Amino acid sequence: MKELKILAIVVFFTLVTYWLVEPFAHSQMHKHVESEGFTYKDLPALTKKGDAARGQELVMGAGACVGCHSIEAAGMPAAMDPVTNSASYGVNPPDLSNVGALYDAKFLAALIKNPAHALKVEHKFTPESGKMHPMPGFYGAGGDIDQEVADMVAYLQSIAPKVDEITPAQAFETACGRCHAVRYEKWTQIGEKPSFKKKRDELVFETKLEDYKANLTNYMGKLPPDLSMYIRSRGEHYLSTFMENPQNLLPGTAMPRVGVNAEGAEKVIEYLEDAGDPKRAERDSVGVKVMIYLLVFAAAAYLWKKEIWKDLH
Amino acid sequence: MAHFTKATSVHDWLDQRLAIDTLRRVLAKEYWIPKNINFLWAMGMVLAFTFGILLVSGIFLLMYYQPNVNLAFDSVNYTIMREVEFGWLWRHVHAVAASVVFLIIYIHMLTGIYYGSYKKGREMIWISGMLLFVAFSAEAFSGYMLPWGQMSYWAGMVITNLFSLGSLEFNGLVEWIRGDYVPGQAFLDRFFMLHVLLIPLAILALIGLHFGALRIPHVNNQDGEEIDFEEEAAKYKAGRKRESKVIAFANDFLSKDMFVVSIFLLFFFYLVFWHYGFAMDPINFDPADGLKTPPHIYPEWYFLWSYEILRPFPKDPGLIAFGFAQVIFFLLPFLDKSPNAVPASRRGIFFWWFWALVIDMIVLTAMGKLPPQGIYSTIGLVAAVAFIGLWIALPFITKMEKKV
Amino acid sequence: MENSRRGFMGKVFGAVAGVGAVGTLYAMKKSWDPLPSVKAAGFTTVDVSTVEPNKLVVEKWRGKPIFILKKTPEMVAKQTEAETARDVIIDGEHFLICIGLCTHLGCIPAYRENKDDFKCACHGGEFDASGINTKAPPPSPMVIPPFNVKGKTVVLGEEGDQYRKMKEAGVLA
Repeated sequence: MKELKILAIVVFFTLVTYWLVEPFAHSQMHKHVESEGFTYKDLPALTKKGDAARGQELVMGAGACVGCHSIEAAGMPAAMDPVTNSASYGVNPPDLSNVGALYDAKFLAALIKNPAHALKVEHKFTPESGKMHPMPGFYGAGGDIDQEVADMVAYLQSIAPKVDEITPAQAFETACGRCHAVRYEKWTQIGEKPSFKKKRDELVFETKLEDYKANLTNYMGKLPPDLSMYIRSRGEHYLSTFMENPQNLLPGTAMPRVGVNAEGAEKVIEYLEDAGDPKRAERDSVGVKVMIYLLVFAAAAYLWKKEIWKDLH
Repeated sequence: MAHFTKATSVHDWLDQRLAIDTLRRVLAKEYWIPKNINFLWAMGMVLAFTFGILLVSGIFLLMYYQPNVNLAFDSVNYTIMREVEFGWLWRHVHAVAASVVFLIIYIHMLTGIYYGSYKKGREMIWISGMLLFVAFSAEAFSGYMLPWGQMSYWAGMVITNLFSLGSLEFNGLVEWIRGDYVPGQAFLDRFFMLHVLLIPLAILALIGLHFGALRIPHVNNQDGEEIDFEEEAAKYKAGRKRESKVIAFANDFLSKDMFVVSIFLLFFFYLVFWHYGFAMDPINFDPADGLKTPPHIYPEWYFLWSYEILRPFPKDPGLIAFGFAQVIFFLLPFLDKSPNAVPASRRGIFFWWFWALVIDMIVLTAMGKLPPQGIYSTIGLVAAVAFIGLWIALPFITKMEKKV
Repeated sequence: MENSRRGFMGKVFGAVAGVGAVGTLYAMKKSWDPLPSVKAAGFTTVDVSTVEPNKLVVEKWRGKPIFILKKTPEMVAKQTEAETARDVIIDGEHFLICIGLCTHLGCIPAYRENKDDFKCACHGGEFDASGINTKAPPPSPMVIPPFNVKGKTVVLGEEGDQYRKMKEAGVLA
């Protein structure tokens, strides 16, 4: 019993020390932000029911969305390559094929009306700065603007695949991949890096990528980081609350609010887990086996000790 | 020349040439350990086991690690963590063992202090143990450089800067240690060498010295009782095992050790698979960037108490206090003036001194990690002063102690 | 009785510890397996549509030289059955595809266009245009690597129908 008392003392002081240097110290160092479950409470709810057919006319109309965005799902390829796009807009505008499934409807509506506001980057595009957000706001096509926006959102939702048909890589590409590279998945801002047989082809690709990154750096103020190990360096909670509203965790950051819905965020997180922690399932399964073995080992050690000490006490 | 006869068995053949029977008798069968001990006496075996785990996992990491500033981070986080089969296991085991080994070292040290196991002929055990502590600290620090993440780089920057020795401004010494103006390729290469060769060799030699130092004074026991080992061993050998105050190292002591080791391994592997964050700091998963200091930098938990002794003071006194903290534990056998080598519970004021030291070091550890502002700075300063005060008071407290 | 039981528990403990050691050795063994990136690089696709007859082409596959030789109709006409059995047929044309290492001690033999054969500079071994050893010291023909014919290309490292037939006929080496 004396040994158990000693053990209790050792365990107590170990746990106190652990609690102080880990949970407590980190709670003091980092601001804790709770997720709102990707509900975007600051944005107005959609009051009108959208009509996809009318939305299609608006999206496809002259000078409307397809002037800059491609929609592969509707047979609208990109008019310009990513590097040329980045020279014009700072960043390559996303393809709209699956945005209806990945993004929150309220967010899409708010984005169409006032991009800088929905993206929470108004601090970058103040009148004093003389800069304009590269995506112009939609001022209406002559009718009820709320109805028109609801129609456009309905159209985007109608062409998008179901959210569980979208792969984590596709979700990442649409939501994050035009600014962030993930070199452990061979992802660059201008697409997946192929393997090259000829040095020259590789250099051509690298040159394009460098041009794109230069334009992007110019637009964002600095080059957005490679996210390969972010699941280990930031953790899931930080990443998902950061996606939800970057300004909460890094006030003044140039990174826009992403606007994905909860399922879209899950896909993005899954992609980052596959990049930075791909052996997590193996870790769990090997872990369980090792623990079972160690229980047997401890039992055998205990019985051996008991037999030997029977003669000593 | 010795006389060799035709061997009757493989065992006999080896015994004639290597005296394996004698070795087994001297090192195991008739190496006597007191019977009156508790599980804390198994910490030596737990440490030996953990060192073995570090060695084996380190060997497998070494086969894929690239000591190059451009490749090191990816060789760890991509090649080892993603490509190599069970590479993640070696890395997690290595990182967690490197952290947990210090927990066991601290328990082992505090056990020695509590039971007075550094006195009456056991001084060299204590001193060789402290040398091992220093060697393990250097091993931990050099290993921390190798993944070449943000914490590696900035810890390397800060710790090497300590060698400018404050106002003495030995900047040439700092640059000599780095082989560069900042931690760079030369720095990574030399710390790689230290981590995988020179310090492990020193640790192996010191483990030999530590074990050797135990041989003559023998292991202490729970009550500080002086045992006539020869007389007790004779009882044991005569078959009066129950009556004897000693047990054999193998298998008596060993069987108990292995049970403690098995419990330790359950705890250890739980951490490896499900609770490794404390040993693998998230910030070190960002690649080293010499133009961006992370918002919070702090050493691993086992260095925090001495780091906090450095931090609350101005530069020069801070360095002196830090130097004091590094050497003072070595002097323990000579600062303790008491004639008693018994557990702290029977030593009056020393008992309170012991627990005050434990609590003070935990407070220093906590404050070392917390941001140095407001109340935390004040508590840190008080705890640092208290640490120094406790050690200055030690000779006086123990001198007053009566013989028990 | 008591002694034997104590010995028994010691043996049980030793056996359990042994199982742990074997598990660790398994992980160690796996850690030395070729990496996925190495294995992925183990497949090389070669386009043979531009290969000229009787001109040896050397490709690299898994770090080894691969000989690709397109045979002229005359060469095919005078071949023995054993030689033809080793021909890879791509789009109606006969090819030799083999690992270009002498089966004696691993040097790379040179192709002699005028003699339609290979000569190894190291110890003078010779092979015919089908890679079959014709002069000692090489003890066996040059080895045919796993291949899969896809249209006018060959994927080295994959086992295709023609390769499997050769394997059954026992003419790979």
